[in-house]
This record gives sequence, C-alpha cells and structure tokens, in this order.
Amino acid sequence: MHTLSIKQLGEALRARKFSSRELTQHYLKRIETLDPQLNSYITVTADQALAAADAADARLARGEGGPLTGIPLGQKDIFCTTGVRTSCASRMLDRFISPYDATIVKKLQAEAGMPMLGKLNMDEFAMGSSNETSWYGPVKNPWDVTRVPGGSSGGSVAAVAAGLAPVATATDTGGSIRQPAALTNLTGIKPTYGRVSRYGMIAFASSLDQAGVVARSAEDAAQVLQAMSGFDPLDSTSMDRPVDDLVAPLGRSIQGLRVGLPREYFADGLDAGVRACIDGAIGELKKLGATFTELSLPNSPLSVPTYYVVAPAEASSNLARFDGVRYGHRSAQAKNLEELYEKSRGEGFGPEVQRRIMIGTYVLSHGYYDAYYLQAQKVRRLIYDDFRRAFEQVDVILGPTATDVAFKLGAKTDDPVSMYLNDIYTIAANLAGIPAMSLPCGFKDGLPVGMQLMGNFFDEAKLLNVAHQYQQVTGWHTQSPKGFE
Amino acid sequence: MSLSPEQIRQVAKLARLELNPSLTEAYAGQISNILELVGQLSAARTEGVGPMAHPLEMTQRLRADEVTQPDQREAFQAIAPAVQDGLYLVPKVIE
Repeated sequence: MHTLSIKQLGEALRARKFSSRELTQHYLKRIETLDPQLNSYITVTADQALAAADAADARLARGEGGPLTGIPLGQKDIFCTTGVRTSCASRMLDRFISPYDATIVKKLQAEAGMPMLGKLNMDEFAMGSSNETSWYGPVKNPWDVTRVPGGSSGGSVAAVAAGLAPVATATDTGGSIRQPAALTNLTGIKPTYGRVSRYGMIAFASSLDQAGVVARSAEDAAQVLQAMSGFDPLDSTSMDRPVDDLVAPLGRSIQGLRVGLPREYFADGLDAGVRACIDGAIGELKKLGATFTELSLPNSPLSVPTYYVVAPAEASSNLARFDGVRYGHRSAQAKNLEELYEKSRGEGFGPEVQRRIMIGTYVLSHGYYDAYYLQAQKVRRLIYDDFRRAFEQVDVILGPTATDVAFKLGAKTDDPVSMYLNDIYTIAANLAGIPAMSLPCGFKDGLPVGMQLMGNFFDEAKLLNVAHQYQQVTGWHTQSPKGFE
Repeated sequence: MSLSPEQIRQVAKLARLELNPSLTEAYAGQISNILELVGQLSAARTEGVGPMAHPLEMTQRLRADEVTQPDQREAFQAIAPAVQDGLYLVPKVIE
C-alpha cells in the first residue's frame, strides 16, 4: 500500500479495495517498526489517526469526500494542532499543546479528510539545514542512516522517503522543503509567498516563511498543494486571488517551454557528479521540446549574506514572544522578572536558535541597522529585480537544488557558515517570494540528487507540469531506499 | 567585523538570553564568522535602490471593525506555566 501514489490510494479507497483504517494501520505499523532507525516522528498520534480514518471511511461510505479523503499524512511539527503537542522541535515548546489548529491543518484534515499519523521532526524552529538542531535528536537519511536528511523539514522527507507517510507537509524559509527533498529523492514544492496560509504555522522569518509539501511525485504534490492553498483572512499576508487548478494541467505538453539556466548556479562550488545529473535532466527536457537559454542572476551570490541578516532579524523579533509567562518553557530558577525571561529563554532555546537571535538582535541594534538590515533589504530588491528580468525571457529557471548529495551527520555542526552555504541555490526564491521546487534527477554514489525549478509568481501549476512531464519519461523518483521498500 | 565574548554577553543581554558561560567563547567565534559572511553586502552597489521589506508589493489589508473571535481566555490560560484568578503570574516586580 505504501508504494501507491496519492491518486491510486484515492481510487482504491473509493473502490473500497481497502479502508482508510486499514491504510492508516499499515502506516502506523511501519512507523513502529522502521522509525526507530530514522527518528522522523516527534509524536505519533495513533488513536487520533484511527478515529479520523473511521470518520473518513464513513464519509466515503456515504459517497462523500474528495480525492484525498482517507489518505493519511504527516504534519511537520511547526503547524499547530489542537490537543496534540506542537513542539517546533524545541525544548521551549516541549509541553505546548496548541489551543487552535493551523489553517492548513483544518484544510487537510477536517476538510479534505486526511488522518494525521503524527508530528514530524525538524530543525529547532526550522533553523537548520541538516535536522541536527532538533531538541528530539537528529533525523537520519533513509538512503544512508549515517547521513543527514537535510533540513529543516528533515522529518517530513525521511518519513515520506521511507514510506512512513504517503505525503507530508513542510515549510521553507530558505530552502527547508527543497534541500531535504533533494537529499532524499523526493519532490518538494514551496509555493509563491502568500499562496498558503501561515496562520498557525509557528513563525521564524515572516517575510520568507511559506508552507508547502513533500511527496513522491509531482502529481502527488499537486493534489495536496491544491488542498492546502487559498486565501485566508486570518493571515494578513495571504493573497486574495483564486487558486489555479494544479492537477488538470499536469498532462500538458511542454513543447516550446523556455528554460533559463543561470550561470551563477553552475559556477565553482557545484559538485561535478551533481552537475552531470543536472545535465542529464536538461537533455531529457530538450527531448520533450523545451528550449534552453543561459542567463545571469548577477546578485544571486549575495543571497546567503542577505538572508543571514533578514532571517535572523525577523526571527529575533518573532521569538521575543517566548518569555516564560504565557506559554512554553518557564525556568524554575528565576528570582525576578528579568531572570525569568533570560533563564527561560537560555534553557528553552538550543545553540543555533540562540545564535540567530543574537545575530538578529545585533543587526537591528542602534548604530548597525543601516549598515546591515537596511543594506540587506536593498540587496533583496536587487535579487528580486534579477528574477523579474529573467522571467521576461524564460518561463522557468532550472538549476541544482544543493551543491552536493547528503553529508555525514556531524560534519558541519561546529561550523555554522559552512552549514549556511548549503542553501546557496535555494535562498534567492524566498527572498524574491517566487515559487520553487526540487525533484529527483539522478544519483551520485548511490545518493539522490535533486534539480530545482523556479517559476514566476503564482506559476505553481507550470512548475508542477514541467516536473510531471519529466517524471513521465524518467524513473528516478520511483526509486526507494534499501530496507524501506 | 568580529565580536568579543564581552560583546556577545552584551547582545545576549539585549536579547534576554542567559548564555551558558562555557559557550560564550564559541559563540563569539561563530558569530564573527557569520558577520564576516554578511559583510559581503557592504560591497553591493545600492545607491538609489529602495529597501524591500516584503516580497509582495501589497498594502496592509484592513477589515471591518467587528468582533470576529470569541473570548478564549480559559483556553489560553490553560497552557500558561502559572496563572491565578485569570491573571498570568510572574515574580514580584515592585517591592
């Protein structure tokens, strides 16, 4: 059952070949047996999942429900879920039970009828590229358990790649959907900023954060993203415009598609084996009728420095809410109010979160604001303008998702800068707000390689169409890691 | 730009973070490296470029001034570390 696509699962459920309860039990059993090797789930919600599966079965029996009804999913532990711990992989929220549901939780679970299997591991407050900053321990990559799955959505990708969930939600502030998808042979999409509601998604950097999905194919991703997307009055940055049909256009031909290859994404620093896989994908897309143009995104080398001003600045403000008073960890050692704040935050946040809060505090502090924050906001516009110009010439931009395949656990934990450079190809899309996705395009030494597609604002359907057409003529995305077949 | 452990302690104070003293030295080195990376921005030519705070050039949406949310004080206080009589408790502020 865990090798079937979302479409096949939906058809089988509606044809009553098996029930949602049976399907959900199958996944719960796999989680119990296999997840101890991976640590992809922080909380497994077996009882709630089975109750939701029964409710889905009842809907299906009445001839109700939609294409996703009864298909279970995993939720990244950044989305608030009523009655179930939402930890954000932090000691700060280890005992936090949200009094409300995130909008996407409502849409996927209550409305679409997807039972939640549990809450997925991640980097603490989504800050990391390896899933090693989690309070609940690192997640292992199912393709090689001595390697990282990428981050911050490491639990989401490990669970889907290992068949411990048919699909999972994820979030992407600087590459946290795409880089882990690339490292685990999955298809992951970060939609346009404002396309999916951020209500109930714990904030890291509010002008960059966007929710999306990781799946085993573009077709699977399209169906789930369709159900997540849409205007939400509860999110002040949600876009009030209709959601395109993401599923129907998947089958369109890509004959005549204009693809841009940014020179800066193929410069020094890109591993030769990864490069070879990307070149192979370009060849396949040419056979499908796409035309390629080299172009330049001249400011893209500045995207990492820009991000490491903007994101920590926003994070230091967002995380100021954790004060030990209203919810979250409260130190037992505090003798006065100031100590209550300092000790609760000192004990509750791990080192990477503390580093970013301090960078954010520093770049926003008196005397440094103009040199760092204001300058970063100006460079952000230059990066945005690069994309605007590029999309006057091409329909999509193609490049690598990551410089190399998954690295060893612990290899970069003491060197934040080398960790940050993992996201060199992914950050620009967040700064500009455009949609971007990663999809499998080969293997190097048995480890998956991902390619990235970036599109113009609200062009999710086009990206998914290109990815789906590529997946009709290639089989990379159908490969599963040994031991988890 | 490099920061000394003393400067790190100052920034931590501003951020209301109690640092583990054994980590201050490492933080100073790491944050200095990050600021060095960020320092590349100073070379960018940004004369006449307007700062971009947000990817969507949108203005703040306004809604009608109507009550939309029910009172959830009890639900919110149920998850607080310490409350009494509907109030959040903190250590004594005024002697």
